[in-house]
Formats: sequence, structure tokens, C-alpha cells
Amino acid sequence: MSNAREAVLGRLRTNGSDQLGRSIPSQVDDTSLGREEKRQLFTQQLQAAHAEVHHLQDGDWVNWINRELPQRGVDRLLAGGAPAEALEQGMVNTIELQPYQQPIESWKEALFSHIDASVTSTEGGIASTGTVVVWPTPQEPRLMSLVPPIHIALVDSERLCDTFEQMMNADQWAERLPTNALLISGPSKTADIQQVLAYGVHGPKQLIVLLLG
Amino acid sequence: MSATNQSKAFQSRIGEALGNQQAHTNFRSAMNMLMENRLKQFPDQEELLHKRQRADAIRAHALRNLPALLEKLEQKLVENGIQVHWAENGEEANALIHQLLSQAGARSVVKGKSMVSEEIDLNHYMEERGIKVLESDLGEFILQLAGETPSHIVMPAIHKSKQEIAELLNRHFPEHPYSEDVDTLTQQARQILRDQFRQADAGISGVNFMVAETGTLCLVENEGNGRMTTTVPPLHIAVTGIEKVVELLSDVPPLLELLTKSATGQPITAYFNMISRPRQTGEMDGPQEVHLVLLDNGRSHIRRDEELLDTLRCIRCGSCINHCPVYVQVGGHAYGTVYPGPIGSVLEPMRQGLDKIGALTSACSLCGACGQVCPVQIPLPKLINRLRAEAVTQQVETQGVKGQGSLRKLLEVWTWKGWRLIFGSGLRYRLFKLLATRLRRLTPPKMGGWSRYRTVAKPASRSLDEMAAKAGFDHE
Amino acid sequence: MAMSNDRPSEVYFLATCLTDLLYPRAGLAGMELIRRAGVRVIYPKRQSCCGQPAYNSGYRDEALKVARHQLSCFPRNIPVVVPSGSCAGMVSHHWPELFAGEPDEAEAVNMAGRTFELTQFLVDQLDLQLEDLGEPTEIVVHTSCSSRNELGIEERIESLLAQLSNVTVREQARKAECCGFGGTFSIKQPDISGAMVQDKCDALEQTGATRVVSQDCGCLMNIGGALEKQGRTLQPQHIAEFLLERTNVSN
Repeated sequence: MSNAREAVLGRLRTNGSDQLGRSIPSQVDDTSLGREEKRQLFTQQLQAAHAEVHHLQDGDWVNWINRELPQRGVDRLLAGGAPAEALEQGMVNTIELQPYQQPIESWKEALFSHIDASVTSTEGGIASTGTVVVWPTPQEPRLMSLVPPIHIALVDSERLCDTFEQMMNADQWAERLPTNALLISGPSKTADIQQVLAYGVHGPKQLIVLLLG
Repeated sequence: MSATNQSKAFQSRIGEALGNQQAHTNFRSAMNMLMENRLKQFPDQEELLHKRQRADAIRAHALRNLPALLEKLEQKLVENGIQVHWAENGEEANALIHQLLSQAGARSVVKGKSMVSEEIDLNHYMEERGIKVLESDLGEFILQLAGETPSHIVMPAIHKSKQEIAELLNRHFPEHPYSEDVDTLTQQARQILRDQFRQADAGISGVNFMVAETGTLCLVENEGNGRMTTTVPPLHIAVTGIEKVVELLSDVPPLLELLTKSATGQPITAYFNMISRPRQTGEMDGPQEVHLVLLDNGRSHIRRDEELLDTLRCIRCGSCINHCPVYVQVGGHAYGTVYPGPIGSVLEPMRQGLDKIGALTSACSLCGACGQVCPVQIPLPKLINRLRAEAVTQQVETQGVKGQGSLRKLLEVWTWKGWRLIFGSGLRYRLFKLLATRLRRLTPPKMGGWSRYRTVAKPASRSLDEMAAKAGFDHE
Repeated sequence: MAMSNDRPSEVYFLATCLTDLLYPRAGLAGMELIRRAGVRVIYPKRQSCCGQPAYNSGYRDEALKVARHQLSCFPRNIPVVVPSGSCAGMVSHHWPELFAGEPDEAEAVNMAGRTFELTQFLVDQLDLQLEDLGEPTEIVVHTSCSSRNELGIEERIESLLAQLSNVTVREQARKAECCGFGGTFSIKQPDISGAMVQDKCDALEQTGATRVVSQDCGCLMNIGGALEKQGRTLQPQHIAEFLLERTNVSN
């Protein structure tokens, strides 16, 4: 198909420019929210999208897990990396901790059918849109935040940015993008049936954000 | 299809659509909601204008430098381990994709929402060759069950009532009890499709933005099916138009913001997925193989025209469609094209040819609502008018718009010549006015389609220039 | 493009073929309003049409010929006032493109730069002051799409009406939606146009107003013709006629 490539590029090269000189108006909002404003806006936006948000002290989230999840019928919790380590230390024994240590091929059925919830760490959050930024790693793979019906995201409140653009620039995303970067802004939803909003289509039915610190 | 036939077919579809009062009511309420939701996201008009100017500039810059950016994109993607293929048209794209699926021994394939895949009629092509492609976006899934095409580029099943959807689901999946409750229907679809995601051998998706700087494919969605499609199966094939590239990663946030706010009035969608690589060593999930098929299908030809290339800035938000007073009357299917509404009326005649579907340009009152809301400031009314001129031009160029001059009709040519002879001469026009005013009683009471809905206005008994003279106004 | 905001001593009046032939009273009212404000109004006798019907049908060569004739009727460098957003927009926004590369391009661009829709002129250049002498009444305003989307002058008509103390302006649902005229659109797609004007008439009537007032006779012909066919009582009127009626002592 290099023929197609040359044909297409050939047609494209007949006009346009060779210089990549940019003259693009600068961004609009130079807003800079205070720490508390950011937390509030982040929380508000997530709640508007039907996500659950809890403000906790740094070390308290394991206690929250212990207290809340059994009440919500969670028997098996998927976790990896640092969150898994913390949970191994102090998690209550009514919940089974499931690690994600095998490639998906070897346990797809179990992941899809027998995991009640997952908990993942995050890169941070975006206040203006109520977004949790998840950068999956070998220890905390991609499907953790997609397949289980409940996804619990641990967000460090020191790592909240005002806007997506600001976060991308401040954290030099262009130089260090992971295999798959995810912006998650609520539970899965659709309005395809007569424009009525419904939640939990294919992704998690519940997104629970634990805002720490 | 001859010029007359395409017009007849279009008129027939319009007639059918206008006769459907229920559909009109549905479209009315849906479009009102989409317009209101969008407005809520843009409280400051000046700020909105600035954002649109910025998005326009980002897209225009990318189009101006398209060949260089596509080469850079390809280089980066390949470095990242994503394989890149080029297709001049739908046939080539489908053949490529089919080959990839066959090589992988893929029998079951899931697809995320992709207008480009509709453009190339991918599902039919694969089905004819024994590969069933299952739509996973809820709206597209419903349409696939019904054997229908989308009537809107963002909300494809907008024309279907929940009763129709309930009936469809229950008929195809009788193990799920009939219900008109939206939550229940949603959960039923979730269960059905979940199995498919789990088992699929391959996932096909579109792309919203592709970034040359980093070799990244970006996808916008609310349901999670896009992520499922591009993460669970071992093979992911993305197919999209060559115009979707942007230069820098930082170009994405301003476009994303306008896309989601313009399309459905959301500050952002539930998921924004940025894919840069296939599964790496040590990673536990994600496809081992990721392919991108870059589709031309007439885009490079459109880009040759300095004015018409503005069309390629489109980020497929559907806002023009939502605000179109014609679309709300006839719905998406009346257009008979993959892309309906204002953007469709420009893109489709250029893609397919004015001889095939140029009639679309007549279904527009040039009200300008579309141009006012386009997030990348595509001057849609100006382009529609331009295509009208191309459709009847006598000057046909080899590299001109496809189907140039094909709608030029002798009767119309002579009508406008006659009009010009009268209105282009001060003397003849004054004579015409004299006749029109003095013989006003001879005005026919019926004038074709006009008088189906309105009374016919008669010329006044005295024209304005006579009245002005009588009232003592100077004429020099 | 804008001329200085100094009050001009004289202006041309560009009738528009529609107003000239079908609604001359509206045109005359516009001229009277300007004359009453102390500005000399010149009505070039040979004027005909701005060329828009052919231009919007794709016959740009014919449109150019007619526009060229029109251009020759307004030679002096004084404002051209037009009782129609659609025609004013054709001259001010589309003539530069239509005449691009032509020998008289400069003249066309010049005229484009000094052409104003009537309400725009009355507010911006004349700062017209109005005193309402009429009885209380309720009206609804239909701003033409050209006035709104092309010229961006929808609030001129509103500000003029706001000066009339006995006039209540009602607002219709979806007021920014096209009435379905679109010039040749209503001929080429009569049924879509018909459906649009039906919806518009419904929305206007639901306000309970007695009159619908607009900057554009095209819209008024469309809406008025539909109202009349349906036997509805809502009356169409051009803004110039309405303003003159409300403020003229002789009335």
C-alpha cells in the first residue's frame, strides 16, 4: 500500500506550506484557582456527573475501604502497585484482595464476572472538568478502571490542576506519555435511548473518588 | 444517477420525512435539548469567540501542513510500535482491514462508534466475507439490530423512540424480558455487549484526534465501549480520515473542550482515551497489535481548493446539525448520506460529486445558524453557496470540484438570463415595474409550491420610485 | 468597514426589488423616518436589485451583471441605507467576493463599506430618538437571519422599539430560528420551507401579540402570506412602517 501513501502525499504536496511556523492565538483562561477552590470545583464537577467524592486524610482511605465496601456488597477488590501494598497491610479480611499479576488472557472470565470493585492510584485530577487522570502501569493495568462495576480512584489533592491544558504543560506530558493515558470524568453513561441519561453502560457503574490530603 | 434522478430521489425522501409528524416532534425536542445544553457551557460570548478562533487556527495550521504532519505522525506511531497503513478510498481501506483481520484469524469483531467506518460501509464489506462486526456503541448497536443507518453523527439513534428500542432488544434477545425502562434497557445492553467484548478477536475504532508530536490516537466517549474495543481484544485497528491530525499534544485540550461542549453540552466526556503504544513488555493488558488506517477518500482532492478546504477543519461535533432549521424538519435520513445537515451538505457533494448528491445544497435557506456555532469557524453557508455555483458553472476544470456543472439546466440558465436582462438595465426594469404594477390584477393566485402554504402577494399599485417621487424625494 | 459615526447630511436609499415592487409603503416609511430626522434622502431612479437571487442560485455571472448595474446607481461616497438585512448583507458582505478580480472591484468594495441596514443606520448613525404617540399594543419581533447571523444587528431593532413606551414586545419560542424564506429556497424546496414557516407562525401566534414586525420584507412576505392563508389575525409589518405609524404626529 505504499502506492496509496505516495499518491495521497503527492496530492497533498501540491498546495499548502512547508514551514511549520505557527501563529495561533494564546489560551483564554489564565485563571489560577486556590487550593480549596480547586478541591471544591473538582468535587462539584464529579458529583454533577454522578461520581461519588469523599474527602479523606492521607492515611484514611484504607479505613474507608474497610468500612464502606462490605456494606456495598464488595467481596473481591482488584488492586495493584502501591494501593495493593497499603491494603495488604491493613485491609479487613471480609474483602478478598485480588492482584492483577497475570496477563488478561489467563483470567478474562474472572475479571469480567467475579471482580466487584477496583482501586487505583492516579496521576492527579483536573478541577474544571471534574476529571481523574489515570496512567496505567504494569502494576496497575488499564482494564482495572474499566471492567469492574465499581472503580475507586485515589487522588492526591496536591495533584489537582485547574485545566487539562495546564496539567499537560506543567507535567510535560508530550515527553512522557504512557502506553495509554486516561481521563475519567464520571461513571459510564449514555443518552442514546430517547436522550434519557442512563449510567453504567459498558464502563463502571460507579466511580468513587477518594480525594486525599 | 442523473441530475434529475438524484433530485427526485432526494425530494422523495424529503416528502416522506416531512410527512412524519412524530419524527419531527422527536427531533424538535432532541435538538432543543442539545442547543440549550451547549449554550449553558458558553456563558461568555467573547470568550467563546476567542476559543473558536483558537481552535480554527489549530485546525487550519494542521491542514496547511498536512503532508508534513502526516509523515511525522506516521514516523512517531511506527516508533511507538503502531503500524500505519494508507488507503486512497473505502475499497482499499476495507481490503486492508479485512486482510489484517484474516491474518489474525479474527472471527468476531467489535466496533466502537466511527463515522469513517460508516463512510466506507465497513460492516457490510466484512459481513460479505464472513466476518461479523458488532457495533458496541449503544446507539449504533440499536441501529444494527434495526438494520438502519445513523441519522445524526453524534447521537445516531436519535430518531428512535424507547418503545421501538425496547421492541428491538426483546425481539433479538428474547431471554431479556421486554421493558421500556431506560435503565433496564441499558443494563440489558451492558450484559449482551459485555460478552462480546470479552470474546472478541479484534476491535475496530475511529479516532477523534491524532497527534503528530507524540504519535498518539485520541478517542472521545461516554459509554466505555471505546475503551473496551481498544483494550480488551488482542488486535486493535483504528481507521480515520487523513485530516484528523494535529501538530502538538497541547493542541488537543482546546479542541476537546469545544468538541464536547458543542456536541452535547458536556465540559468533558466520561472518558478521554489517549493511545500511544500497543501492549509493552511487562504490561498485563491492551492489544498486542495496534494498526492505524489513514483514509483519503476524496479529502486530498477537497484540500486542493483554497476555499473549500475549510471543510476539513471539522471536528465532527454535530453542532451545525443541531442548529439547522432544515435538519429539524426532515431529520438525518432524508439527506440519504453518511453525514447529514450542513456539514453533510458540503462534505458529501464534494466527496461523492455534485452529480451524485449536489441536490443537498438546495436544502438550505442560508440562514447562517450553522456558521455561527461551528467550533472551528467553518463558513458553512459560504461553502454551500460556493457549491451551488460549482454545480451550475460552465467552466469545468480537471481538478475542480467533482461533478462540476452537472446540475446546470437550460431552463434555469435562461430564466436567470431573462432576469438579468430585466434587472440589469435601469430602463427595462422600470418598464417591468410599470407592467407589474399596472397589470397587478393579473397576478396568478396560485404559484406552485409557494401557494401551498401562503397567499400570493400582488405587486403594489405604485412602485416605490413612483411613490418616492410623489413624496418629493430627490433622485439625484 | 464602518464609516465615521458623524451624522451624514445626505444618504442614498436602496429600495430592494422586493420593497420597490411589493411593499413600497415600507420603503417610503423608511425614507420618511430619515428625512424627518433632517437628513436628505436620495432615491436613484434606475436602481433595481443587488443580485442576491442569482448569487444564491449559483449563477454568479448573471448576479454580477445585475449588481454592476446597481453599483452604478450609487456612485457618490455617501451612505446607502437599505430596508432589508438580507439585501444590505448582500452588498456589504458578498459584493467584495462577487466583484473580486473585476475592474470595478474597488468601487464595489467602497459601496460595500458604506451600506447599512435601516435599523442599523437609524441607531448607529442617526441615534434616532422616538416618542410613542400610539395606544398600548403588544407586538413580536422577527429578526431576519441576515440581520442576526450576517450583520449581527438584532439589537438595533430592539433598541428602537424599547423607546416606544406604549409598546410591549413579546418573545416567541425559538426566536432565532429561520422563518423558512431563504429567497429561492422557498421556491426550490417549497415543502421544507412550508414546514418551517408553519412552525414559525405557530411560535409567533402563541405570544398573543397583534403584530409581527421585522427588518425584512422577504420574511414578512413569507410569514404574512402563511398567516393569511391560515386565516390568522396576527398582522405583519415592516419596522419602518411601524415606527412611523407610532411616532408620526399626522397619524
